Amino acid sequence: MEMKDAKVLGAALPRVDGPQKLTGQAMYAADHHLENMLYGYGVYSTISKGTITDIDTSAAKQMPGVVDVFHHNHFTDRIYKAPTSMKKGLKVDESRLPFEDNKVYYAGQMVAYVVADTFAKAREAALKIKVSYQEDSNPVSSINQARAAGVEVQEQKPVGKSRGDAETAFSNSAYTHEATYTTPVETHNPMEMHATTAYWENGRLVVYESTQGVTFSRNTIARVFGLVQENVVVKTPFLGSGFGGKLFSWPHCFATAAISRELGKPVHFMVPRAQMFTTTGHRSSTEQTLRMSADENGNFTSIAHHTLNSTSEIDTRVESAGVITPIFYKCPNVDVANNVIPLNTGSPASMRAPGAAPGLFASESAIDELAVAMNMDPLELRRKNYTDRDQTEDLPWSDINILEAYDKGAAKFGWDKRTPEPGSMRDGKDVLGWGVAACAWDAMKNPSKASVSFLSNGKVRVSCAIQDIGTGTYNVMAQAVAAATGVDVENVEVKIGDSDYVDGPLSGGSWATASVLPAVKDACENAIEELKSYAVMKNSPFADAKEDDLTFADGMLSDSNGTSIAFADILKSQKLASAEGEGSSDASMKEGFSSRVFGVHFVEVKWDPEIADLRVSRVVSAIDVGKIINHKTATNQVSGAVVMGIGMAMFEHTEYDERTGRPTNNNIAEYLMPVHADMPDELDVILLDKPDYNFSEVGAKGLGEIGITGLAAAVANAVYHATGKRIRDLPITIDKLI
Amino acid sequence: MRQFSYVRAESAAQAVSAKGIEANEFLAGGSTLIDLVKLDVMQPETVVDINSLPLYDIEELADGRLKIGALVSNTALAYHPVVKEKYAVLSAALLSGASTSLRNKATTGGNVMQRVRCSYFRDGISPCNKREPGSGCAAIGGHNRSVHAVLGTSEHCIASHPSDMCVAMAAIGATVVVKGPQGEREIPFTDFHLQPGNTPQKEHAKAADELITHVILDKPIAGNRSHYLKLRDRASYQFALASSAVIVSVEGGAIKEARLAMGGVATKPWRAFEAEQSLIGKAPSAQAFQQAAEIAFKDAVPQSQNAFKIPLGKNAVIRSLKTVTA
Repeated sequence: MEMKDAKVLGAALPRVDGPQKLTGQAMYAADHHLENMLYGYGVYSTISKGTITDIDTSAAKQMPGVVDVFHHNHFTDRIYKAPTSMKKGLKVDESRLPFEDNKVYYAGQMVAYVVADTFAKAREAALKIKVSYQEDSNPVSSINQARAAGVEVQEQKPVGKSRGDAETAFSNSAYTHEATYTTPVETHNPMEMHATTAYWENGRLVVYESTQGVTFSRNTIARVFGLVQENVVVKTPFLGSGFGGKLFSWPHCFATAAISRELGKPVHFMVPRAQMFTTTGHRSSTEQTLRMSADENGNFTSIAHHTLNSTSEIDTRVESAGVITPIFYKCPNVDVANNVIPLNTGSPASMRAPGAAPGLFASESAIDELAVAMNMDPLELRRKNYTDRDQTEDLPWSDINILEAYDKGAAKFGWDKRTPEPGSMRDGKDVLGWGVAACAWDAMKNPSKASVSFLSNGKVRVSCAIQDIGTGTYNVMAQAVAAATGVDVENVEVKIGDSDYVDGPLSGGSWATASVLPAVKDACENAIEELKSYAVMKNSPFADAKEDDLTFADGMLSDSNGTSIAFADILKSQKLASAEGEGSSDASMKEGFSSRVFGVHFVEVKWDPEIADLRVSRVVSAIDVGKIINHKTATNQVSGAVVMGIGMAMFEHTEYDERTGRPTNNNIAEYLMPVHADMPDELDVILLDKPDYNFSEVGAKGLGEIGITGLAAAVANAVYHATGKRIRDLPITIDKLI
Repeated sequence: MRQFSYVRAESAAQAVSAKGIEANEFLAGGSTLIDLVKLDVMQPETVVDINSLPLYDIEELADGRLKIGALVSNTALAYHPVVKEKYAVLSAALLSGASTSLRNKATTGGNVMQRVRCSYFRDGISPCNKREPGSGCAAIGGHNRSVHAVLGTSEHCIASHPSDMCVAMAAIGATVVVKGPQGEREIPFTDFHLQPGNTPQKEHAKAADELITHVILDKPIAGNRSHYLKLRDRASYQFALASSAVIVSVEGGAIKEARLAMGGVATKPWRAFEAEQSLIGKAPSAQAFQQAAEIAFKDAVPQSQNAFKIPLGKNAVIRSLKTVTA
């Protein structure tokens, strides 16, 4: 059975969960207020490196309503480390258990946990706790500070495969470019803050968790508490977004569940916004050195991409900048290296397009610089070095339409009107800058199951322990069922965000849709088979037919005589509640191909040099991500990523005071992200919508992350074109231009 | 949040008597107070809610001045027909600040009393002479790029005054009317806010038990044109890196009257009297504007991260002057 109903699969259907969100009925992790529930509030370290010498809880404990205060002497022997195995669905970003010992590794580390009968009392009591520390000398909170303090750089396994001899090719080439690009720490700021509400019921742990992976979280929590998986359930029916910071559960989750066990009552805990900047991950800062060369015709001869990124003392995380570098352009000599340097900051985490977002800022800026050196149009230079094969694996792409993306994007943007001289284009008092950069991201699938039930009330239910992180998973699953069964989307019930459903993938890596849809399709087919088996039973309308002679379309079974009966009537005839099917997708790929998603951003900035005013005025993004399942949510994903990319290019920067290691802009007034007024006047997203059937039978890849990749480079390249200044250090703020 | 007592005042006199000591606070829109109480930076013993007082009117006085009740919201003030027509610079300044929902809550008196945005003041733990006199100033040598001043600083405090409204009022010229136990008195607007000097904890000329009841704007300059320009990283919802409020009248090809105030760059709403004087009688020209801007910033002292505010502030002044004389 082909999923060929283009009317459903691909339609710009509005959010099926929209009314619940608009009317406040969508329940998030911190919205659950249970009987006898207690409220937790954290006390966070004000130093960034040292040892706790004393925690004075006496004043707090005397306050009415305060139940208890937990810290490093509590429940350490009752919880266990979570092992890491992506294959087994186990992972955390901060590996230290809550209150493991009296050590402090970063400012904002939770050092005590107050529990009271109201949130306000817990918060007030937390203010009354006095923590004494023995501070260690030389805490470091930036790469430069760490290097100056003599912190050792740790060599890591490169994220991309090197080939040829980049060094020799570089020295023998007609054109060369070498520069260092830096990107700052950026902090995930989803609207919904991290939160956990946990309770125990007859030995079973129930957790409402703000997570991008209920299955991963369930598996990990079970290990931390030494429970069988069936005795843990994690629920996230709605998520106020995560951007990668909520892929895996953080220490506050384990602490909340542990404290609920100690106290025998439900416990509610929310991470305050200020601590979202310290203790729940961030994008590492990077320092990337690019060495690129080309022959006299513009063919790349070498690319070296060396990255140093910040990590924490607790965990080593490689920000995989450079992962795409060796793959994407035709180039015989490539050298990729990765190093990390530990800082006294919290553990970093994935943030939308980890690796690629900072990596493509550097490499796509470098290509622009090389184009300037060669006096060649930067789009032309990219076209010239196009390849239809994965250069590392030496395999053909399962599908690639980036040349078409270049053409369509350039035509929409009007790229052919660009004059290359910096400052040469004007619009009244404003200087215009036009920049281009390619974008790319992985095309991945992960194993998923799905369960589908035809119900006797005429509805179809689909369930999976996947979650909608705000991207529209409710929609695409409903649409996939509608396409496979012919039932209207309104008659599809989507049940997700609960680890008791059949295992689903993480919502990360842009793989959720690609992973779950094949399983949904499989489940629909198996449910139809079960329905057919009921249809030929005694007293059924098709009692005389054979299963193989029945066909299913538009929610009805038909026999060879042309009789069609709705599935609900068949179920009713047998007094059956449902016909069910379970499906799975093992994430295997067709042999002989490599898969990715590709695209290009064209950016116009307006630069008013008299008052140093810089704004992004136009963006055209042409994106090649396979089949589009829902044009509305897909466009929304890409345009949202573009706006986030504008933030990365011009605003976002977590500022640590190097004297204390504390972030100073730890709120959403001072940590700048784009607001509505920063939206470009024109933001066009062109979705090529070309199904990649070599990638999957559905043909859909993923589009959650690609939109942010390359965008900062396109802005930087546009800024250069406007101002003649090459900014290699994000964000591009006006003090760097004035 | 710490506990505090709450009093709803039914009259200005009652409000003043309930206020009494420094440790108590008036509550109007709450957009500063509640924020800082939640951050545990302010710990009032008693909060005196003044929202029941009849201070919501905007009245044109016989002498041509405009009397604004302290509880008039930023939104109501910005869209008031007289303000839009005669004090356009004030309307523009108000609308460049905060967000719609904040402007709906924030009041005229509250905006005058707005506290600084320095993160070391707001974090409750860093050395800060404003919050804890004598503890030092963490902003000096720390992060001081965005909400710190180049004018009017001292070795004890460098935080910039965050208000846009006050910059426009400083340019227009105004009087702050306060009511205390001894009765009512008027304070010229440019004297109301204090430079930090050796006492950064003392931010204004009002006594602790005095309540702002009104702000009275000076009579508008005849035939003026005005401009408010706010420069910042993002296009909205950010305090000014540098701003300028300019009011100019031109007669016979020469500048007759000029008012110039700056925001984002100074420890108080900064009226540049000397720069104004340099413009009087001159024909509008790039040279005259440049000179005025240089004078306005001649005493500027940059901190470790905010030197760019000096050229940025000058640029704002020049652009505003250009705009009103174009």
